[in-house]
Amino acid sequence: MVTRTQRHVVGAHYGLRDWIAQRITAVVMILYTLVALFALAWQGGFDHAGWKALWAHGAFRLATFLFAIALLWHAWVGVRNITMDYIKPVGVRLVVQGAVICALVFYTGWTIQVLWGVRA
Amino acid sequence: MPPTRPVDPPRRPVYLNLPAIRMPIPSIVSILHRVSGALLFLLGIPWALAALDASLASPAAFASYAAVAGHPVAKLIAIGLVWAYVHHLLAGVRHLALDLHAGLELAAARRTSAAVFVLAILITLAVAVRIW
Repeated sequence: MVTRTQRHVVGAHYGLRDWIAQRITAVVMILYTLVALFALAWQGGFDHAGWKALWAHGAFRLATFLFAIALLWHAWVGVRNITMDYIKPVGVRLVVQGAVICALVFYTGWTIQVLWGVRA
Repeated sequence: MPPTRPVDPPRRPVYLNLPAIRMPIPSIVSILHRVSGALLFLLGIPWALAALDASLASPAAFASYAAVAGHPVAKLIAIGLVWAYVHHLLAGVRHLALDLHAGLELAAARRTSAAVFVLAILITLAVAVRIW
């Protein structure tokens, strides 16, 4: 066991919030993975009609949307950790993190478009 | 009072010759958790969205997607992403167990990390055999 030294904890606990978010989103994604695997197995053969029928279920689309939000949040925490570990110049790190946020927002919009078929 | 840094932290030698650092199995599984996570962000999310988009659009788009996905290079990438997903998920489950103080002892930590490493490869192989 690790013995903790007495120390004064400071800060706004952003780290704790990220840590918790990473675990809650992980559990959501694990559950969705199991549900999706069962749904696919239930579906049987893999053709376009069966595939469309699976995605026609509103509940499955909502579950997938929940998964997507959990995934994008989880990805943000993880990628941010990676940038904090490996990209030391603050300017470069901010640019990369900005690009990551743009990509994640873009993916969120794309997910909604695909799931609910909003096409121009 | 604003938080201050500790006064003059002791200077310690920095030894980061990566190839020379011995990597025990938990540390290999740990770095692969990060590598697989980065892969899933960089390739996995756009690939999954593009695939879902194309596959739902129309029978013709489904067929053309199936043709692209049938290319050996596409299959190799897909198998790589399957490995990334499975490894990341299993290593994540191990993390959750560690958070609950399960498997913290060194021997158990080594066993579970070896199990994650091997199981991820076995499941990936099973999927690879199926989609090839």
